[in-house]
Amino acid sequence: MSYVLEIKNLTKKFGNFTAVDSVSFNVEDGGFFSILGGSGCGKTTLLRMISGFEEETAGELLIRGESMKGIPPEKRPVNIVFQNLALFPMMNVEKNVAFGLQRQRLPKSEVQSRVEEMLERVGLVGFEKKKVTELSGGQRQRVAIARSLVLKPEILLLDEPLGALDRKLREHMKVELKVLQKEIGTTFIYITHDQSEALVMSDTVAVMNQGQFEQIDTPKKLYKNPKTSFVAGFVGESNEFNISSYVNGELVTVNGCKLNKPDLDFQPKKLFIRPEAFILNPSADLSGIERIDMQVEAILFDGSNTKISTTINQGHEEVLISLPQNAQFEDLREGDDIQVGVHRDDLKCYKV
Amino acid sequence: MMKKPRGTFYLLITPVLLWLLALIVIPHMDLMYRSLRFETDDGLWVFSLNNYLAFFEDQIYWLTFVKTALYSIFVTILAFVVTFPVAFFLTKVIGKKYSSFMTLLLLIPIWIGELVTVYGWMILLRDNGVINSFLMKLRLIDAPIEMLFTNFSMTIGLLYISMLFMIVPMMSALDSMDDSLIEAASDLGASKWTIFRQIVIPYTTPGIVSGGIIVFMLVIGDYVAPNILGGKSSLWFTEQIYNKFLASFNWNEGAAFGFLLLLLSSFIVWVALKLSGQKLDKVGS
Repeated sequence: MSYVLEIKNLTKKFGNFTAVDSVSFNVEDGGFFSILGGSGCGKTTLLRMISGFEEETAGELLIRGESMKGIPPEKRPVNIVFQNLALFPMMNVEKNVAFGLQRQRLPKSEVQSRVEEMLERVGLVGFEKKKVTELSGGQRQRVAIARSLVLKPEILLLDEPLGALDRKLREHMKVELKVLQKEIGTTFIYITHDQSEALVMSDTVAVMNQGQFEQIDTPKKLYKNPKTSFVAGFVGESNEFNISSYVNGELVTVNGCKLNKPDLDFQPKKLFIRPEAFILNPSADLSGIERIDMQVEAILFDGSNTKISTTINQGHEEVLISLPQNAQFEDLREGDDIQVGVHRDDLKCYKV
Repeated sequence: MMKKPRGTFYLLITPVLLWLLALIVIPHMDLMYRSLRFETDDGLWVFSLNNYLAFFEDQIYWLTFVKTALYSIFVTILAFVVTFPVAFFLTKVIGKKYSSFMTLLLLIPIWIGELVTVYGWMILLRDNGVINSFLMKLRLIDAPIEMLFTNFSMTIGLLYISMLFMIVPMMSALDSMDDSLIEAASDLGASKWTIFRQIVIPYTTPGIVSGGIIVFMLVIGDYVAPNILGGKSSLWFTEQIYNKFLASFNWNEGAAFGFLLLLLSSFIVWVALKLSGQKLDKVGS
């Protein structure tokens, strides 16, 4: 397998602060790779090191097997789509897209034909002479992507470019970006704090926290089998429980809930259960599940995403449970007692 | 629906209109009127273009006129060349904290006043002045270089008093430019020179042009620096006007000359706006 990007023990320090802490990973050719993390986790610094705007304190960065040490941004075979897009306001759409090609001193006819081809690809034919300030958010987005992709980079870096769009358009652009990436086949490295963006678009997602990668996996595995408690809490919704004791395969949570979880080879501290992992009123003959009695506190209607907020043993911690939107639970009311079941596999336990 | 507060509106606009009328429109009309009045040999006052003809008849007048125009353009360009790196440094390189302090430092010469700063330059530039003494002490030169009362000293003086008016609009234009534009251009393969020429300069053009207009107007209409630092060899058109009014007491020719200066500077500003593709309303904002 060839890697388009190899990163070995890459570190960046700003004074005493370590923004990126000895990160190593490889990106496969032609994939959609996302780096997911909260603000200040170091993802932007990492991206800026790949693009060449920041110099690494230590470690190695190879693109197509070649070391990028000391190579300035304008000489690297990567291009970046900035968070605010950074379109040149003094140029029209066509000139924005042609800017990079003109820097390579290509003949005019080639510049012209490549710009046309790229504008057709992103669906901006007829907008060539428009000022970038006259375009809508989605169109500006496409100009920014076209401006980078027209240079045929080895890697396209995207720095949360969907952040400024409204929700509807963002949902639409997610799909559009994924389709575009598959069509063109360029490797995309996408950084975001929005887990939904990362999960929907990516082939591989790296979850970043405090300058380090917590887990690199496919979106599905990341969601189903989070390796660390940070990932479990950060990716998707999850109910978090603190564990007070674990003796003879029995977990006792701080709010007094007793659950059987045999065969853990460590002393667990935290337990995570996804809202959709709960089975409401499980039938008595269902095996392999743990049963918990709860009280309904509130019903949080949100269409297909409706949840109920419950408590265990009149405690204070709320537990969110997904409520299937069929008629079965329509008569559920606040204050009701219910029994829920969870498969033992869905009890995710972590050391810290 | 919004009510039209007519009474209040006129109350608020009246001071401005009075100001414009009393201090700008009427004086200029008077200036124009005087410039067209001519006393014949018989002592009769008639309307004539003779005052304007006087300008073309004596070549010293229009030579000074052309020289003043060219030097004003030159000083304006020089002001841009000298201040652009400073404006760029203050807005894009160093932090906000230092930048506001340093901008304050730049303001100091304005507070001191033009006359004092110009005398300051005399102390620096004269034969036994700071610069010459220093160079001679270093044994780089044997005899003092004649700097004062030349076109050189005049240019320095004009540049020094007008520089700030170039820096401020340019800084505000640069300040509003997102740094990511520079990074994006660099990422797309542009060299530093290309970024400067194709991104930074076009982006800051409105600031440069509005700064340029102010500097140009200040310089072409300045009297103190050319008079004190330029000496006898460096004639400036304002000095000709001054002489007409106060040396030969020919107010009518003086008025004509003043009017010509107004036309000249307006024309040059108009050409500059055309060349830079800017509109006056955009530059003014």
